[in-house]
This record gives sequence, C-alpha cells and structure tokens, in this order.
Amino acid sequence: MYVLTNVTKKYEQGKRTVTALKNVSLTIPDGQMVAIQGPTGGGKSTLLQMLGALDRPTDGTVSLGDADLSELGDGRLGRIRAQEIGFVFQGFNLIPTLSALENVETALAPLGVSSADRRERASAALASVGLGDRLGHLPDELSGGQQQRVAIARALVKKPTVLLADEPTGNLDEGTRDEIMDLLEGLWREQGLTLILVTHDTAVARRAQRRLLIKKGALTEVA
Amino acid sequence: MFFTYLRRELAGRRKQTAIVSIGMALAIALVIIVNSVSSGVQLAQASVLGSVYGVGTDVTVTQTPTAPEEGAAAGGRQRFDFGAAEGTTADGTTSVSQSRLDADLGTSTFDATALDTVGAVDNVHAAAATLALRNTTFNGALPGSADMPAAAPTDDAATGAERPEGGPDGAGGSSFDVDSFTVLGLDPGGEAVGPLSAVSLTDGRSLATTDAGTNVAVLDSSYATTASLTTGDTVSIAGTDFTVVGLVSAASADADTAANVYIPLDVAQSLSGLTGQVSSIYVQAASSTDIEQVQADIEAALPAATVNTQADLASSVSGSLANAADLVKNLGLWLSLIVLAAAFLIAILFTISGVTRRTREFGTLKAIGWSNGRIVRQVAGESLVQGLIGGAAGIAVGLLGILVVNLVAPTLTAGATSAATVAGPGGPGGRGFGGAAPAVATSDVVLTAPVTVSVVLLAAGLAVLGGLLAGLVGGWRASRLRPAEALRSIN
Ligand SMILES: Nc1ncnc2c1ncn2[C@@H]1O[C@H](COP(=O)(O)OP(=O)(O)OP(=O)(O)O)[C@@H](O)[C@H]1O
Ligand SMILES: [Mg+2]
Repeated sequence: MYVLTNVTKKYEQGKRTVTALKNVSLTIPDGQMVAIQGPTGGGKSTLLQMLGALDRPTDGTVSLGDADLSELGDGRLGRIRAQEIGFVFQGFNLIPTLSALENVETALAPLGVSSADRRERASAALASVGLGDRLGHLPDELSGGQQQRVAIARALVKKPTVLLADEPTGNLDEGTRDEIMDLLEGLWREQGLTLILVTHDTAVARRAQRRLLIKKGALTEVA
Repeated sequence: MFFTYLRRELAGRRKQTAIVSIGMALAIALVIIVNSVSSGVQLAQASVLGSVYGVGTDVTVTQTPTAPEEGAAAGGRQRFDFGAAEGTTADGTTSVSQSRLDADLGTSTFDATALDTVGAVDNVHAAAATLALRNTTFNGALPGSADMPAAAPTDDAATGAERPEGGPDGAGGSSFDVDSFTVLGLDPGGEAVGPLSAVSLTDGRSLATTDAGTNVAVLDSSYATTASLTTGDTVSIAGTDFTVVGLVSAASADADTAANVYIPLDVAQSLSGLTGQVSSIYVQAASSTDIEQVQADIEAALPAATVNTQADLASSVSGSLANAADLVKNLGLWLSLIVLAAAFLIAILFTISGVTRRTREFGTLKAIGWSNGRIVRQVAGESLVQGLIGGAAGIAVGLLGILVVNLVAPTLTAGATSAATVAGPGGPGGRGFGGAAPAVATSDVVLTAPVTVSVVLLAAGLAVLGGLLAGLVGGWRASRLRPAEALRSIN
C-alpha cells in the first residue's frame, strides 16, 4: 500500500524554482489499478518517480508498505526497485544491443538469480506476453508493440508487487494500444499487482478502477 | 550477465570499439618499436665502443694533452729532417725515405707506473696499458744539386724566362709521398681487458706473452687487405721489419678495430723513444656497482689523468649512429608519449560520449534496480576490453614493425674517437699534419631491434592502464546519472 502525505517536489532550474508536485496526499491500496491523467507538464511523471523510488520528494513522505521512500538511501531504494517495482516506459527503453531474452534477464541480474534460472524465468515471461518465439531477436527486429511486450516481460519477470507505467501506449497505434492494454489488464488481474499508469488517453484511463488528475502539480480524484 | 552484456556492447557498437582500439594499438605499437629500436641503438653503441675499447672495459685512463709551450712547437710536430748526405742520388735526383713512429695524433703519453697505481686501487679487477702510436713514412725524390740552376745570370733572373728543367716532377720540383698507419703497443699476454679483448682472430695467432721484446705484429684484417699484407709478410715500422703473425677483425661486421697494427708494448716504447710511457690504461672493475668508486679513486690517485667510464665514452660515438640515438632518444620518446597521451584521451572521450549517449539505457538499468557498482563495472569492463584489444593489436603491429626494421637492417656508420681525444678541450689541434682531425675509428653497424619480454609486458600494462583509466572516468560519469533519467521523454 502506498501512502503519500503532503508530497511536494521542487526542481531548481537556474534561478527559477519549478514546483512539479504541490502538497499531494494520496493512498493507494494493494492490488488497485489507477490511471493518472493531466495536461503536459502537470507533474504526472514526477508523481510516478515518487511512487517508483526513483527520486525523493522535497517535502512530505512517501511510504510503500513498511518502507519510507522519502528517507531511504540510494542503495536501499535501488534494492526496493529491484525487488518490488516494475517499470514500463513510453519509449520501451530496451537495451538495443541485447536480445529480447537478455533484455528480460537484466531485471533478474541484481537479484542474484543463477544464469540457468534467469534464462528459464525470462523465457517463461516472454512466453506469457506472447513472444515465446522471439527470444533471440534484437529490439530493432521487433515491432513497437512487440518491444513493449518485451518491456512488460522485463517488468514482471521479478514478480513485483507494483507495476508503474508511464504512457505505455503513447508510442503505439490504436490496435496495438488495445492489445497492450488487454495484456496489462490481464496480468494485473492474474498477479494481483498494484498497477499505476500515466496516460493522456481517456480510452485507456477508463479501464482503470480509479482515475486521478494532476494539473500544475495539484492532484484531484476524477469521480 | 556481465560477459553477455559486455560482448553484445562491443560487438554491437563496432565503430566505437574499433576507434578506441585502433588508437590504443597505434600508441602501443609505437611504444614497442621506439623502445626496441632504442635498445638496438644502445647495443650498436656498445658494440662500437667494444671494438675500440674492448669488451669489459669499465674505465679508461688517459692524460689530457697539454698545449705545446711556446717555442717548443717543434717537439710536438712531426718533422722530417734530412741531412745533406742522406738519401741516395741517381740520375741527378736524390731519393729519401724515412719512417717515424710517434705518439698518435691527439694522444698524450704518461708514465707507465700509473698502471701499478691503478692496479692498486680497490675493486680493480684487471688493468692493461697501451701506447697509441702513428707510423709515418715519408718517401720523396728531390732534384739533385746538379739540376739546380747554380748562380743564375742576373739579367735572366729579372725576366725569369728560364725555367728549371728536369727533376722528379719534370719541372725541377720534387715529389713526396706520405703514408701513415696507427700502431698500438700493448701487453702481449693481457687479452682479458683492452682493445684486443673485443676482436676475433681471423688468421694466424694473437700476441702471446713470449712475444715481448720481439718484432712481431698482428694486423687489423681490413688494413691488411688495403696494404696487401698477410700472415707471414713483413711490415716496416719506423724502419724496422716486423713479422705479421696474425690478423684480427672487429666482432661486428665491417667495423674497424682500434688500430691498424698491434705490437708488443715494450717494442713500441723503445722504437718510438717513449720508454716507460703509455697513452691509455684500460680498467675492468670487480663489478658494475664499483665503477663509480673505481673512477673516483683513480682520479684521486692520478690527478693529472682523465678517467672516463663507458657511459662517458658513449657520448663520444659519432656518425649516423649518434644521429639515430639522438632521434630515438628525443623524437621517438616524445612521439610515443604524445601518441600514447592522445590514445588515452581518445579512449576517455569516446567512453564519456558513449556514456552520455547511453544516458537513458543506464537510467533504465538503475530504474530496474542495477546498483552503481554494477554499472561502473560494466562501463569499466567495456573500456578495459577495448584497451586490451588495442594492446593485442598494438603488440602484433609493433612486433611486425620490429620485424621490418630487422629485415631492412639499416646500416649506420659510427665513429668512436679514441680514448685520448675524448679528453676534449685543450687537445692540440695543431699537432700532426695541418691540424689533422683526431683519430676516429669508423665502423658500420647494422641496426637490429631486439624484442624483450619486458617491452611486451610494458605495452600490455599501458593498454590495461589506458582501458582502466577510460573505464573509471566513464564509470564515474555513469554512476552520477539519476535513475529518473529513464523517464526522460524521447524526442
Ligand atoms: N529534472 C527536472 N528538472 C527541472 N524541471 C523538471 C524536471 N523534471 C520535471 N520538471 C518540470 O516539472 C514539471 C512537471 O514535469 P513532469 O515531467 O512531471 O510532467 P508530465 O505531467 O509528465 O508531462 P508530460 O505529459 O509532458 O510527460 C514540468 O514543468 C517540468 O518542466
Ligand atoms: Mg511525463
């Protein structure tokens, strides 16, 4: 469960201070599917960084389960990301020189999984996203939708408790978008994940149990 | 994962790998070649010095020639005085022939008791004295007094119309011919140290202890060829006939030995009138660590003497070998340092630009839980392997370059001025014929570039160093990237 209390995030840009998040308080119970919407520059990605233990707030606290993400050091945050949090990005963010299988394996590298185990779990994860026959392909040799499937397999292979996705369908056409959303929703249901996704797309947001709106750093619930 | 990722990166980013590796390879190859040629030049210098001073000579003792005092010039000059009754007269022409044996040009002699003094110095293993001489033979034909116009009529003298006729040059003049060669008197039994220790016997025998006091000579084989002499012939030195008992040649091909003719020291001393005098003492120290002490002690014991070590003598090597030595020492060293620095810089800059280009990649890996250490290791590993590839290629190219040098085997000429002239300033240029140049033993040395394990190890070490340096700088950059970079929107 996420509990955010009075979270404020400010960025220093030269002499100017940008307040990306203003006094955000929010509770997300385990297993919920949440969509975050809002205009560009509103603070969606910044909020996702707070939830994903990628950065610490300037003020306020962010806790995930027993861990206070606003207080922990880089090393501990890294371990929490490695064990509990899966990420899916708008640009897929696959490593271009690694094959699909090896890309998925990178998520298991920090967990000390043996190489045989790593291969087995990574190919199973790729099979579960429908890419069991594309293990040796490089990202360049895959379509956008297939690349995002590899990224989803990479996010889920470690069996995280939370899956965070920043515009996961932003770079995809409508047909592919629906396929990916079907896949994410299916996996969410299957694995009991907390799924938090940022989207511009109302059609995508409608699939979520709960919708949040961020404008100029301020958070509101959408009824 | 480490090796898979490493392999994929190096293979997947071939251009970057190639550029960094080629830069490193060039630098490493240059370092190897310069290093090897430089030790080749040193070997060549040592062999040139060896042919002049002998193998194992650590220190030479000579005396700085003093400038001839005013009015005493005649004493130092080579001069041929012919009395009116000298020579043979035939057909109105007087033929004269005279040989002189003097101390060699630019050498100065000193009392032979110095050898005992040197022998008494601590840590002197062996010492031998030599006397460097030059035999000069004057052959000439002068017009006889019969040909000379006696008291020429005064009116004719005014016009000078009547030219003398006859005489050896057909115009009433005279004809001269001066021939000279170097003679080295040495202890006939002492081969362990001194000029004859570096030569090889090509014919006959060398001088032996029993040769003391006898008129026997050993000839430099190239001089023997020029003078059409061989074992069993006789050679005339200062008008005395010597039996040629053997021929010697320098250990390195084409190089000359220290002198043209070698004779027993006592014979040399008495023939030249320099009884009890020597011109050089060759000293071998007990061990190479004693050389400085031996030099200092001899200098103290013989204040008037010039005491040189092999290192001092190396600077006396001249000719294209000396140019090569300078070139290698200066240009070669600086060039390889500059290229090495450039290669390191290229490796570092390319690694940094690679890390910058891969900002999102490293951000993503951090976002999915990779620690800084794991990412630094990855970046450093990539650079290290690039350095190693470059190092291996560089060693291969370097060895190939050395092979080419050895196949081409450039011949360098080297002159080593003989011991006494090393003394330098104050040397009387005026001695001898028209201030002739100091005696220089010229030799041709074939440059060989030896390969040593230490050079290859040095090259490998430099490659590792360059790779690690680039890797650490790149790794440090990567470690400073924020994991949030993963969420940076791509444009
Ligand atoms: N690292 C940063 N340094 C400075 N300012 C930043 C940084 N990251 C975000 N901002 C600023 O914070 C504000 C919120 O940015 P954020 O990326 O969270 O918006 P967003 O809602 O995700 O927008 P988009 O829909 O375009 O992705 C913006 O004004 C942005 O310029
Ligand atoms: Mg965003």
